[in-house]
Amino acid sequence: MSEPLSLERLRPTIPYQAAALAVTVMTASLALSFAEGFTRGPIEHAIAEDTRRSLAEVLPTGSFDNDPGTDRLEARDGDIPVVVHIARQAGVPSAVVLETSTRGYSGEIGLVVGIDREGKVTGVRVTRHSETPGLGDKIEVAKSDWVHHFVGRHLADPDPARWAVRKDGGVFDQFAGATITPRAVVGAVKRSLELYAREHERWFARREAS
Amino acid sequence: MKPYRTIVKDGLWDNNMVAGQLLAMCPAMAVTATATNGLGMGLATTVVLVASNVLVASIRQLVPSAVRIPIFIVLIATLVTLVDMALNAWLHDLYKVLGLFIALIVVNCGILGRAESFASKSPIAASAVDGLAMGLGFTLSLVAIGSVRELLGSGSLFSQAHLLLGPAFAFLEMKFFDGGALLMILPPGGFIVLGLLLAGKRIWEARRAERRRNLEVSASAA
Repeated sequence: MSEPLSLERLRPTIPYQAAALAVTVMTASLALSFAEGFTRGPIEHAIAEDTRRSLAEVLPTGSFDNDPGTDRLEARDGDIPVVVHIARQAGVPSAVVLETSTRGYSGEIGLVVGIDREGKVTGVRVTRHSETPGLGDKIEVAKSDWVHHFVGRHLADPDPARWAVRKDGGVFDQFAGATITPRAVVGAVKRSLELYAREHERWFARREAS
Repeated sequence: MKPYRTIVKDGLWDNNMVAGQLLAMCPAMAVTATATNGLGMGLATTVVLVASNVLVASIRQLVPSAVRIPIFIVLIATLVTLVDMALNAWLHDLYKVLGLFIALIVVNCGILGRAESFASKSPIAASAVDGLAMGLGFTLSLVAIGSVRELLGSGSLFSQAHLLLGPAFAFLEMKFFDGGALLMILPPGGFIVLGLLLAGKRIWEARRAERRRNLEVSASAA
């Protein structure tokens, strides 16, 4: 009976309260740093796997035999950082995938754009966004087939002035109730094609990353 | 101590986290544009709530009351972060669906509310039951709000359920009509439906109380 009694007397004292707080915070920090150590590897692995999967989705199957996930270089499109992944067939570049981003209606939209050697779009996927559910989220391939309309397009098809949503005189559909989101995505795809046209020779001149 | 029956009834209905205590409004408004999102948020919260209630109840004798709030906050934030990291590392596909909700659980005052008003004064088993009942009651409210908003706003129910629960649950996904009232999906819709839910619960309870009173009157008259 002496144990709970002494705890009863200890609890209201300032040193006990300070110690209780300190022990809690220390235990929490320890637990978090251990857990971080355990999970860092698996999380990095899972994210790399995600990237690899989305890269494979925007490239025609069988058009490459390297790992575009690791064959990468960094570029800039104005002030937007772009990661360039190069797909190769027997060491020869066959296509690129640009990981880029744009500003949507509510925050950043991340997307990957696959472009083949002729400068034609092979696929577009939105990798992250926070657009309005039910309106702007039709840019997700799980919710609408809208992104498939980019496949096969290039800078001359449609001609540059019509690379826009219908509301702006272009050829791409906007969504009922949402124009800003599809406008942002169309713009980002067009900018990716322009970046490719400007820079691909420099990218392809680089030796394959080992 | 309250009997388990009362604890369960409190959590599911009488003292429901959203409709009774008016706690956890931020996640309740933010994610309920679809019924599926409400379900995901509710289930993730339930898991954290049970764990935090058990943890708080098991150390309740050691925690001095003057510093209990900061201690509970540190414990809950740590717990949520651990769940977040573990899901991200080992259940990555589930994490991609639930990740959004888990970060929001940290700001869920409902969890601190249960730690403070129940688990810090109750034995471990009762706290676990309370966490489970409160969590399921929260899930119920969120699915109710989400269903109404989704039905009126996009004409569907439980869309994307297969992403959350697996392909076997694709049958839950229903589509009634295209379009719908945009307002319901946007934030104002959340407030409108929450208001209607609260009013509905009050009316129901008032009716029931009245019926009981009438029964008593007729019983005493007979």
